[in-house]
Amino acid sequence: MISSTRKPALAAAAGLLSIGLLAGCSGGSTDGGGEAASGTYTWWDPYPQHESGSDWANRVEACGTEAGVEIQRTAYDTTALTNQALLAAQEGSSPDVILLDNPAVSTLAEAGILSTVDELGLDVSEVDENLLAAGQLEGDTFGIPIGANTLALYYNTAVLEAAGVDPASVTDWASLTAALEAIDASGARGITFAGIGTEEGSFQFLPWFWGAGADLDELDSPEAVAALTLWKDWVDRGLAPNTVINNSQNTTWEEFLTGDFGFVENGTWQVNSAAEAGFETGYVEIPAESGGVAPAPTGGEFIVAPVQDDDARYDVTREIVECMTTPEGFVETANTFAYYVPPTEEGQEALVEERPDLETWVSAVREAKGRTSDDLGTDYPVVSEALWTAVQRALSGIASPQEALEAAQDQVESELG
Amino acid sequence: MTTTLADAGTRRGDRAGAGDGSPAPAGPPRRRRGPNGTQWAAVGFAAPLLTYLAVFYAYPLLRNLDLSTHDYTIRAFVTGDAEFVGLDNYVDVVSSPLFGTALANTAIFTLGSIAVQFTLGLALAVFFRSSFRLSGLLRALFLVPWLLPLIVSASTWSWMLNSENGIVNSVLGAFGVGQVNWLTSPDTALLSVTIANIWLGIPFNLVILYSGLQNIPDEVYEASSLDGAGPWRQFWSITFPLLRPVSAITLLLGLIYTLKVVDVIWIMTTGGPGDATTTLAVWSYSEAFGTGRPDFSPAAAVGNVLILIALVCGLLHIQLQRRQEA
Repeated sequence: MISSTRKPALAAAAGLLSIGLLAGCSGGSTDGGGEAASGTYTWWDPYPQHESGSDWANRVEACGTEAGVEIQRTAYDTTALTNQALLAAQEGSSPDVILLDNPAVSTLAEAGILSTVDELGLDVSEVDENLLAAGQLEGDTFGIPIGANTLALYYNTAVLEAAGVDPASVTDWASLTAALEAIDASGARGITFAGIGTEEGSFQFLPWFWGAGADLDELDSPEAVAALTLWKDWVDRGLAPNTVINNSQNTTWEEFLTGDFGFVENGTWQVNSAAEAGFETGYVEIPAESGGVAPAPTGGEFIVAPVQDDDARYDVTREIVECMTTPEGFVETANTFAYYVPPTEEGQEALVEERPDLETWVSAVREAKGRTSDDLGTDYPVVSEALWTAVQRALSGIASPQEALEAAQDQVESELG
Repeated sequence: MTTTLADAGTRRGDRAGAGDGSPAPAGPPRRRRGPNGTQWAAVGFAAPLLTYLAVFYAYPLLRNLDLSTHDYTIRAFVTGDAEFVGLDNYVDVVSSPLFGTALANTAIFTLGSIAVQFTLGLALAVFFRSSFRLSGLLRALFLVPWLLPLIVSASTWSWMLNSENGIVNSVLGAFGVGQVNWLTSPDTALLSVTIANIWLGIPFNLVILYSGLQNIPDEVYEASSLDGAGPWRQFWSITFPLLRPVSAITLLLGLIYTLKVVDVIWIMTTGGPGDATTTLAVWSYSEAFGTGRPDFSPAAAVGNVLILIALVCGLLHIQLQRRQEA
């Protein structure tokens, strides 16, 4: 009895496991290495939502046709993509082109699996310095941003009007907190943001962290404590909901779409959704502590070319990359991806000409700062993990902002030596 | 990766045990051929199984050991020339401030889940033993948690337990209870994920214990009721003792399943807030895949510690079983 119930369960589990392993193997090995037919080039990107036949897939295909080859595109989940790229490099079967989330570029570059733009013969002089920084490590540049996004504060016009708040009055932290108090007093909720224990949590916290004048080299500086105290204070006083501790950026957006919230911290990628919301929305840039615009972190993907055994492939790879990074190419990407801001001035001007209402976003992107810049490079993931843990610990009341950030700094120092 | 490896590792003992038994009857000894021929035939019959075991169980396990005893930086992972560091990764893991928290969380989560799952599963199994109208349908409904994809059930639980808009808080609110921050307070987060995991585990316990109950002959109950034993007495004197072997294996499998749970916790809290719901399995997963920088070596070390815990429990089980049979 016992063994007969056990065996099928175990066999099934073993079967599932082996299917998983087989799938993993075939995924790596079919994407041929240097010796594969020269007519097929492999392309990985983190956009599984764009299926084959979509505008984006057609665009990728068109760039291949232009270069005289066929592009075989595979889409992965963002986090899975970094791991897949590492595994493929280990197997010697890297794809020809990868679109990679910008903080991951220095990680893969550090592993020595990306070719530099000089090796490929690409020109990056037109690309904005603050955006390109995420792809630079020790003086070399490992890719080109295909577009950039960043964070700002969206607001619900009706909620603000009911509370008597003028969005233009939000110029620093004090005026923002005052606005949140007024909204709270009017019966609506103040603001929501994402404090989840993943990279998204750090991404959302950074505008406040940098806006206070803090630096990622020193997580427990008084400025950093001030930024975390601001968040903690909002949560403790109910100006922000308690759910922010577990919120992802998508969840915060859904909370905002209920119409109950005055403000939400979110990104360029929600422009379309905001326009379709059941109420009127607007956005302001995130204020720094004592006025002015806070530097928000840049988001967005880089186009990178992993090292190949066969040098001859680089010529076509360059053509494909160039096809994606012309000014027209940037604008097209921007439109395909719900307002991805082009990384070059020429591209930005072309976009603003088409969509004047996006000017705030373009200027926000120009002010924005790469997460791995300041020569943090591959140290960034370690710092970021310590930072989001500190945010979580402080907001949930495990530790005070001061204690949480001190512990975070200790953790970084012990891990990076 | 590490979790699947841990998985493979813990089950390997069982598979190897089953494997030892099956090839033997497959190759009956033929006297006419020399002992050599018989041995070759035996090897031939065993070969597919042995290959399978080697490729899918032995290799991942060895690879996990290899990862945990070397310092695999990202560069070393690609080039394959990681420095051998012996047990350094294990020392780092055990001396990390997170180790104590993770171990305690694992113990509370695992033991809490199993105790409640088993009790409720057994109660339901006994309840369904007496067939009544619609009992088949009801029993099938209890299997729903098992059939749902984990991402669906875990997301549903996290919505229900949402501090501000969750249905649980709105029901409690109707009875005058204030807002409980189920998933965002360090005091209740572990309890919340344990509750969700209990719900997921009940069907497994129900099914196995129910089928165990079918093996207890009705005559024993009839005889005992003639002797005047009430339902309570019947349970403690007949059901429970006769179900002991099935209970033991249910508890062991439950333990192994629960030790390696990552998905439920990851979806509901990502191990947070802070490290309030970080178990060893979640810790291993987050080292390898949860951050922007994959740290496979410490992840593998944590995974191996888990395998070791499961192995010790498995050996204890075998020991207990032997003593029972003796």
